[in-house]
Amino acid sequence: MNAPESKRAFRLVGTRPVRPDGVDKVTGKALYGPDFVAAGMIHGAILRSPHPHARIKSIDTRKAEALAGVKAVVTGADFPSSTSHEILLGEGTGNVRYASQNCMAQGKALYEGHAVAAIAATSEAVARAALELIEVDYEVLPHVMDIASAMASDAPLLHDDIFTKGLDPKPERASNVPLRFTTARGDPAAAIASAHTVISGKFTLLPVHQGYIEPHACVASWNSDGQGQIWASSQGAFMIRELTAGILGISQANIRVTPLEIGGGFGGKTTIYLEPVAMLLSRKSGRPVRLAMRRDEVFRASGPAPGGEVEITMAADADGTITGVELEFKLMGGAFPGSDTHPAAFSALAHYNIANCRVTGWDVLCNMASTAAYRAPGAPQTVFAVESCIDELAIKLGIDPIDLRLKNAVRPGDIGLMRVPAGEVGYVECLEAAKAHPHWSAPLGPNQGRGVAGGVWGNYGGSSTVVVSVADDGSVLVTTGSPDIGGSRASMAIMAAETLEIAYEQVRVNIADTSSIGFSMLTGGSRTTFATGKAVVEACEAVIADLCGRAAAMWGVDASGAVWRDGAVHCLAGEQKDQVLTLRELAAKANFGKGPIAAEISLNATGILPGFGVHICDTEVDPETGHVAIVRYTAVQDVGTAIHPDYVEGQMQGGAAQGIGWALSEGYLFDKSGRMENPGFLDYRMPVCSDLPMIATVMIEKPNPAHPYGVKGVGEVPIVPPLGAVANAVSRTIGLRQRDLPMTPDRVWSQLQAAKA
Amino acid sequence: MTRMLISATINGDACDFLADPADTLLDALRDELGLTGSKEGCGSGDCGACTVMMDGDMVCSCLVLAAEAEGRVISTIEGVADGSQLHPIQRKFLELGALQCGFCTPGFIVATKALLDRNPDPSESEVRYWLAGNLCRCTGYDKIVHAVLDAAAEMRQDHQSRRMPA
Repeated sequence: MNAPESKRAFRLVGTRPVRPDGVDKVTGKALYGPDFVAAGMIHGAILRSPHPHARIKSIDTRKAEALAGVKAVVTGADFPSSTSHEILLGEGTGNVRYASQNCMAQGKALYEGHAVAAIAATSEAVARAALELIEVDYEVLPHVMDIASAMASDAPLLHDDIFTKGLDPKPERASNVPLRFTTARGDPAAAIASAHTVISGKFTLLPVHQGYIEPHACVASWNSDGQGQIWASSQGAFMIRELTAGILGISQANIRVTPLEIGGGFGGKTTIYLEPVAMLLSRKSGRPVRLAMRRDEVFRASGPAPGGEVEITMAADADGTITGVELEFKLMGGAFPGSDTHPAAFSALAHYNIANCRVTGWDVLCNMASTAAYRAPGAPQTVFAVESCIDELAIKLGIDPIDLRLKNAVRPGDIGLMRVPAGEVGYVECLEAAKAHPHWSAPLGPNQGRGVAGGVWGNYGGSSTVVVSVADDGSVLVTTGSPDIGGSRASMAIMAAETLEIAYEQVRVNIADTSSIGFSMLTGGSRTTFATGKAVVEACEAVIADLCGRAAAMWGVDASGAVWRDGAVHCLAGEQKDQVLTLRELAAKANFGKGPIAAEISLNATGILPGFGVHICDTEVDPETGHVAIVRYTAVQDVGTAIHPDYVEGQMQGGAAQGIGWALSEGYLFDKSGRMENPGFLDYRMPVCSDLPMIATVMIEKPNPAHPYGVKGVGEVPIVPPLGAVANAVSRTIGLRQRDLPMTPDRVWSQLQAAKA
Repeated sequence: MTRMLISATINGDACDFLADPADTLLDALRDELGLTGSKEGCGSGDCGACTVMMDGDMVCSCLVLAAEAEGRVISTIEGVADGSQLHPIQRKFLELGALQCGFCTPGFIVATKALLDRNPDPSESEVRYWLAGNLCRCTGYDKIVHAVLDAAAEMRQDHQSRRMPA
């Protein structure tokens, strides 16, 4: 099925019905990760390293084991030595050996908060009391917390077996740099050398946390026959199964993972921290074991997104044509490799058509928690530098910043760094809509300034399995393996009901455990409405074909004589011409004839298209304090087709808010000893309701031809533009270019004072 | 550790439960009484996911000891709906898509009810400052604020129509 030319052709796509899981979530009935209770369950707690870098010489657990109520103790010695292999996750791969070492230190603690031992006991209080009785003999090692010291030739090494990939010749010495990656086209050096105007700058960002309100939690039960169960909230139950099986060295069929409701993930729940530990505690104790993080553990030991630095040089003609870009970034990956280097590199310039560019990325380790994906991982950091540079260029050339972007924007057919022609991309439409929006021409007040920035995210497809079954009363069940992290049940129900031409309420959506449905990749990469949605539509089409076949057989006509219309089969030929069999009538007859009505589709969805955003931000800077207030904000996005517009707008608004936090107030702070200074929501300052204005949204619907209803994926794009939009607004408000995030009041105030002097 | 016997009125029902002296009211609600609608996001009073009412005051139940509940009247998210009839605030959150993951939602709904019980006609600014103690990471607050203002308007209208003579 091709995307319809007009969205008015839809009955349900584009409407805003109440989500099927809504009542449970406004009444407190929905069960999230920390809410699950298993019969006979006991409680675990984790001992964490107080040192950012230390060799574990010995662990004496005897006193802890002797405490009344303690049922099991686990240390790194209980983990089987894992082989190093990668498994495919939503927007990248996960390495099983590193995931194992991240769940529990094996030989060395690599960051403050790294798990060192775990205890299961009759209550959490007993388990935590027992932690105090564990004696760990640490040899404290020198630590590295910033890029320069981590890359120094005499830097203390986190791992002695990491040699920088992407260097020629291959280095002979181990280092803290797992990867250098370069992608290029044309001759940027020549373009820069001969340019009319050149802008350059160095930008810095702190690590930030995904900040989901639900801490990580799970319950695990692992029997002596090797079979186990895990109940947990995450972005992918199959991801939990694969990583846990890989870490523990058992078959995937022996682990059944039941997804609980997830209280926010944003990429941070695309890996595991607790499940193998809980499994081992359960195996030792013979009881189901609950493990849950406290908030300070979430900050110290999960996430964050990498901070780092980006250096950029941009060359342009007098008319604003960007002729060349050199961009080099270094991201702090934390304790293990994998700090989003590739997506950061490919996202940096993907919204522009630039003839000559080179992007070089470095993945740098430091003694901080291993970074995890965070909404468009890598893109906000590099795009911040690009969009700031374009703003500076616009000022220097005296060109409207939207016009400058329009001049260079990627258009369908353009060849980018990925060497493939762009498809139905909508960046130009977003820029034009931003320019036409009343916000762009509204007057500004005193101490106010306006910034604009664009951004892109590639989106993802991948593997999904869906079962659509029809009950004998004609109601329809859609079962997927994709956790609902923000309203996807509603989108699936809309797409199923649209395809079957029945009422939205006639369809219910369930998310199955890993033993009850075929493999589905995790919910990440903005893939679920696209890929799982495509499987839902194809499964509904298979059900329709089956029902038409059944009706045709009853009527004695061939398949072409029966067509599906308005939720029923209509007879087009023969003696029964114009007869109608409704879904309900056919369902009632199913078990007297051909049998149950159900279809299963497993697919690997291809044909992804990137999404684009343009954000406009007005800031007001208090000259007395340096405090930046967001006074007006508008987000424009190429969304493909908005299946349920409320949840598309919600993604745009939520992403904008997270980006505003990254720009203004969020960031990991470490003291000189490498310990995190702000591991709580009071000092790690995420935006609250009174920090923000309403966030206006403009959805540009340029459908993706590879999806039956034109879906592109919407969740990640909106965190890409805000860093630049806010920084450009502040830069224009105070007349000083902002290159360091977050723009906290003390930083802004110091700049104002320095400028005065 | 000797456990204490606590008696309180919870969502209109008399309840007796046991608690350790160090347990919080949130621990007691979730672990002893099975009322897991109140969530623990931080344990330090910064996120508001555990918001409940105690003798008419809005409190973070993670900052109240279980023992302090003795003799008090507590209401939680589980007591907001009238039986199976959703409260207008709950209905507006659903109708306007004011939740994504839903984890912070119970705290927001309890806090919103406390606001509208006090101030039936709040401005946008009053809503934003009243809810500043409740963290939401998904929505950017836009649809939450709209839902609160809409619920307030509907409740004012209902209130007026109830007062009008038949």
